[in-house]
Amino acid sequence: MSTRSLLPGVASGSALVLDEPISMWGGLDPGTGVIIDARHPQLGEVVTGRVLVMPGGRGSSSSSSVLAEAIRLGTSPAAIVLSTPDDIVLIGAIVAEELYGITCPVVVVDRTLFDRLKTGMELEVTESGVFGI
Amino acid sequence: MLHLTDPDQAMLGGEQGEAAALAMRILVRMAEAAGASRMIDVTGAHIDSCLYHGEAGLDFAERLSASGGRVVVPTTLNVSSLDLLHPALFRGDGLLAERGRRLMRAYVSMGGQPTFTCAPYQSTRPALGEHVAWAESNAIVFANSVLGARTDRYGDFIDICAAITGRVPEAGLHLDEHRRAEAVFHIAALPELVRDSELLYPIVGHLVGGMTGSLLPAIIGLPADAPEDGLKALGAAAASSGGVAMFHAVGRTPEAPTLEAALGGGTPKLEVDIDLAMLREARNDLSTASEGPLAAVSVGTPHFSLVEFERLASLVDGERFVVDFFVNTSRGVLAQAAAAGLVTPLRDAGVEIVTDTCTYITPILRDVTGVVMTNSGKWAYYAPGNLGVEVAFGSLEECVASAAAGTIKRDESVWA
Repeated sequence: MSTRSLLPGVASGSALVLDEPISMWGGLDPGTGVIIDARHPQLGEVVTGRVLVMPGGRGSSSSSSVLAEAIRLGTSPAAIVLSTPDDIVLIGAIVAEELYGITCPVVVVDRTLFDRLKTGMELEVTESGVFGI
Repeated sequence: MLHLTDPDQAMLGGEQGEAAALAMRILVRMAEAAGASRMIDVTGAHIDSCLYHGEAGLDFAERLSASGGRVVVPTTLNVSSLDLLHPALFRGDGLLAERGRRLMRAYVSMGGQPTFTCAPYQSTRPALGEHVAWAESNAIVFANSVLGARTDRYGDFIDICAAITGRVPEAGLHLDEHRRAEAVFHIAALPELVRDSELLYPIVGHLVGGMTGSLLPAIIGLPADAPEDGLKALGAAAASSGGVAMFHAVGRTPEAPTLEAALGGGTPKLEVDIDLAMLREARNDLSTASEGPLAAVSVGTPHFSLVEFERLASLVDGERFVVDFFVNTSRGVLAQAAAAGLVTPLRDAGVEIVTDTCTYITPILRDVTGVVMTNSGKWAYYAPGNLGVEVAFGSLEECVASAAAGTIKRDESVWA
């Protein structure tokens, strides 16, 4: 199976593939959805409404709060696709769902599928996979 | 397949109240995602969620607190957004201050100890093999690596869930098989001058964090008497530039008496010889400015220890700083430093002591247009994005010399 759903849900959007892992804390402005990590290759990109494709999480454990706040404010990605599971990303999304009833699905895909995902592709994320639309 | 005990099930069903049920529900979802087969007890928790990042965090804390949430294990609190001991230092808006204070209150009301430090290991020392639930990336890496206690890479929210239930999924770094080294970094061939420099630690941390990816690193060549504050700096930098939650320093940390022990019978997937050119590049990478006028100095990220206070006091003997010099520390260490007579001479030299928080997460700096010097790889990594400042990275001694001169002073000869 090439997809494992960590937080089930259905969402779609244009893919934004991060070349490196990101720490959402210090790396994402939840007020605007803009990537602000000065060292990150995708500095300045907007994650809002995108299917955020990233290798995994990195750095500060405050990232969960930043993701939950972005989900509350409506600036978060529509869904998150990871190549390795990341607890810090996952719990931010779970708590936002518990508090506000907004679902930002989180899935893990295998390397082959992950490598096929490119920025700008229109993607649908479901419990059974990540599909081009 | 996750197996819950009867008490776990009862808690999930609400027998311990609504807050415990919500906390257990979240833990169960995390356990299922991790593929854990059961929950285990923890003996303590360290909460990162008390730092204000927006209303979501406040909503969660106040919901748990209002529905009867109460910690069941000794629980320390991480830095927050405010220095309650020195409130005049805060330069942010009133709304942010009010919400930060509400968040701190919510966690104290649930039984968290008002330690407000990112270095809980300076006062709470879980033993080798003891399971805890610590959040805050530098505290996690210190607990696992230097103390040999066991915590997974917990973040906001799951920390308080663990504290309220006393339970965590048996997964990740709680298990032997995930504590083995998978990457090996050799530093023994570096020149002695470099290996004796205190900057070796944050620079090696920065480098290893960036190179090791998701592999657990072992470092060969750190001295057997490497100071705790050096390992603190190394871990904090590695957890900033990468997702490092544990490292082995062969011959120094408790689960790595030998490389074989650190590897646990496995073979490394990555081996790197770190040379001087790589260190030089990493050192440069941590600075956005290397000369010229200075606006301020900030040290103590992670929080300054008593040993670091002693060192700073010996360095500032009679100096008078011409720029702001901030030291971030905990209330507990500040009290110890004051009792040791270290604080008054530092304040006389112009040192501003910040507790409960840190200069890179809250508006304290007066001038964010200039260059700020630090000896912290973590501060150097995050401050440009958080505050928009320029950073110069140097040793504590270089920070002191620069603050006295008002311009950046760095000794290049070590790195030539």
